[in-house]
Amino acid sequence: MTDIAHTDHRNPGLTAPAYRPADAPRRRLLSGGNIVTLLVLALLISIPIYSKGFFVFQMTQMLVYAIAVLGLNLLTGINGQFSLGHSAFYAIGAYTCAILVELGGVNYMLTIPIAGIVAFGFGFLFAFPALRLEGLYLALATFALAVATPQLLKLHAIEQWTGGVQGIVMFQDTFDVPVPFGLDMDPGVWTFYLTLFVFAVVYVLAMALVKSRTGRAMMAIRDNPIAARSMGISLPYYKATAFGVSALVTGIAGALNAIVIKFVAPDSFTFFFAILILVGMVIGGVGWLQGCLIGGLAMLYLPNIAEIFDNVVLWFAGLFGFADLLPSGNALQQQFIRLSGVIYGVILVLFIYVAPSGAGGLIRAIVSRVKRLTS
Amino acid sequence: MELFLQQVVSGISTGAIYACMALAVVMIYQAIHHLNFAQGEMAMFSTYIAWQLMAWGLPWGLALPLAVILSFFGGFAIERIVFKPIQNAPVLSHIVIFIALFSIFNSLAGFIWDFTIKSVASPFGEGPFMGSTLLGKHQAGMIAVTLVMLAMLWAFFQFTRVGLAMRAAAANPESARLVGIRVETMTALGWGMASAIGAVAGILIAPVVFLEPNMMLSILLYGFAGAVLGGLTNPLGAVVGGFLVGIIENLAGTYLGDVGAELKLSIALALIIVVLVMKPEGLFGRKIVQRV
Repeated sequence: MTDIAHTDHRNPGLTAPAYRPADAPRRRLLSGGNIVTLLVLALLISIPIYSKGFFVFQMTQMLVYAIAVLGLNLLTGINGQFSLGHSAFYAIGAYTCAILVELGGVNYMLTIPIAGIVAFGFGFLFAFPALRLEGLYLALATFALAVATPQLLKLHAIEQWTGGVQGIVMFQDTFDVPVPFGLDMDPGVWTFYLTLFVFAVVYVLAMALVKSRTGRAMMAIRDNPIAARSMGISLPYYKATAFGVSALVTGIAGALNAIVIKFVAPDSFTFFFAILILVGMVIGGVGWLQGCLIGGLAMLYLPNIAEIFDNVVLWFAGLFGFADLLPSGNALQQQFIRLSGVIYGVILVLFIYVAPSGAGGLIRAIVSRVKRLTS
Repeated sequence: MELFLQQVVSGISTGAIYACMALAVVMIYQAIHHLNFAQGEMAMFSTYIAWQLMAWGLPWGLALPLAVILSFFGGFAIERIVFKPIQNAPVLSHIVIFIALFSIFNSLAGFIWDFTIKSVASPFGEGPFMGSTLLGKHQAGMIAVTLVMLAMLWAFFQFTRVGLAMRAAAANPESARLVGIRVETMTALGWGMASAIGAVAGILIAPVVFLEPNMMLSILLYGFAGAVLGGLTNPLGAVVGGFLVGIIENLAGTYLGDVGAELKLSIALALIIVVLVMKPEGLFGRKIVQRV
C-alpha cells in the first residue's frame, strides 16, 4: 500500500531512475556530460575573478546549500527514503564545527570532516529505529526531529558548549576566517574556494558512490524493496548506510555554513529550513544529483523572489485600495517577507504537477528532444 | 501521591488539546492513509477565520459554526483541486504537497493577519470549573466537546450510509467502486470532515495558547504523537492517546525537573519513535498486514 519507492507507470518522474542500460557503451572521456561539468566548474572557479564582495559570499552560500541538497538527494533520490528533518543534521554539523573551533581550538578546516563523521554517527543511530518505518512514518519521525531540534539545542544542560539561545559567534578574535598557508587572499574569496573544493570532493565521491555496488543496492531498494531483499541485499544495512551518508554530507554543509556565516544559533535550524532543503531538492530534481547546484541557487534566490512578489502584491493592494481591507490594516508599513512561504508552496505544487522530476527532468527532456532532432 | 494525581488531572486538561488534534489527524488518515502535515496550519487558518468573523461583530454562536462549515468546504475543495490530479503519484509527491500547503497557509495567515499574537476569548468562560483548582471551565468544556465529537463520529461511521460508504472507500477502493460508491467524493468528504474537526480543535486551542501563525506546529507534533500512540486506525484510541500524551508531558515536567520542561517537544519525538518501533499499530490500533 505504502510502497514509497515504486514509481507508478502512469505517472513516471519523481523517482524515475536516470540509469544507463548495462550493455550501453562506456562513455568517452569528453562526452557531452563531461564537457558541461568542466564548463560549470570553470565558471564557478572564475567567479571571484570577475566579481567580488557580496556576490562571492552569495555564491559561497549557494555551494553550501548545494551540498545540503546533494545530501538529501542521496537519501530520497537514490535510496527512496524521506526526511523532513535534515535541518537537524545540518545543525549537528554547524554546531560541531563551531564548538570545536571556539572551545577546542581546532583548526576550522579540520572540523569539516569531523562534523561529517559526527553527523554520520547521528544519522546512522537515528536510522536504526527509523529503519523499521516505511515512507510515511519515516517522514513523521523526521518531522518530529526537525521540530524538536531548536529546543534541543537551547537545552540548559549543554548551554556551556552550545551557548544556549545566543548561539556561538566564531572567530571572535580575528573577525574573519583566517587564511592559511600565508596566502595573500581576501578571506571571503578564500572561503569561496574552500567551499568549492569541498563541494567538488563531496560531489565526486557521491557520484562514485552511486555508481558503486553500494549505490546500485540503494537504488534497487528504492525501486523495489521486496525484490531487492530477495536478491540478498540487506535492507537494514543499506538503508542505515544511506541515512548515515546523507547525514554526513548534510553535516559537512552545516559545518561550512558555520564557517561562512561565522555564527550559529538554534533558531537557524527550524523545520522551515528543512522545508527549504526539500524545496531545493524538488526543484533540482529528485534522483538527479547534478541538480544540486540548481537546488542551491533556488534556495539562495527564492527568498529574494518572494520579497519582490510581496512588494508587487502590496503595490497592487495599494493601487486598488485593497490594503485598507486587509484586516491588520498596516500591511503596507511592515517590511516582513511574509509571502515567502506562499511562494515556496506554489513552486512546490507547480513542480510536482508540471515537472515532477525537477529541473533535471526538464533538462533531460530537452536534451533528448534536441538529440532526436539532430540525428 | 497527591502531587501525582494533581499532575495527572492537569495533564488530562492539556491532553484535551492534543486529543482534539489527534482526532483530526486520524480522520484524514482514515480517508487517505496519509498523515496530513498541513493539518495544524489548516486548523490555524480556520481559527483565524473564526477570529475574523468575531472581529467583524458576529457573536460566538454564529461565528464558530460558520468557521467550521467554511473549513469543511475548504478541506473538500483542497482535495478536489490539489490532490485529485496526483492521486496515483508516488508518496513523495503527496508529502511534498502537504509541505507546500503547510508553507502556504502559514505564510498566508501571517500576510493577512499579521504575526502579532491575538488573544481569543473562551466560549466556556474563564475561571475554575466547579470550584476545582486543577481544571478550568475552558478545559472542562474542551474535554466535553472532544468527547461529543468522538461520539458523533462513531455514530456517523456506525449508523449512517455515508459513514459506511466512507469506511468501505477507505478499506478497499476497488471493491467499493464496484458496488457503486463514489470513492473520490468520499475521500473529499474525509478531507472536509478532517478540516472541520481541525477547525474545532483550533478554536478550542486558541484561548489556551494564543492565536498566531506558528501556534500549531508543536501542537500538531503532539497530535501526531497522540494519534500514533493510540493507533492511527482508531479514533477512540487517538483521543485516549492525546490525553496520555498530555499526562506524560506533565509528569515529565514535574518529575524530570527543568530538563523535562525544556525538552517538551523532544518527549513527543521520543514517544513517536518508541511507539513506531515497538508497536507501530499503536495501543488500540489494528495491525496492518501487507501482502507481498
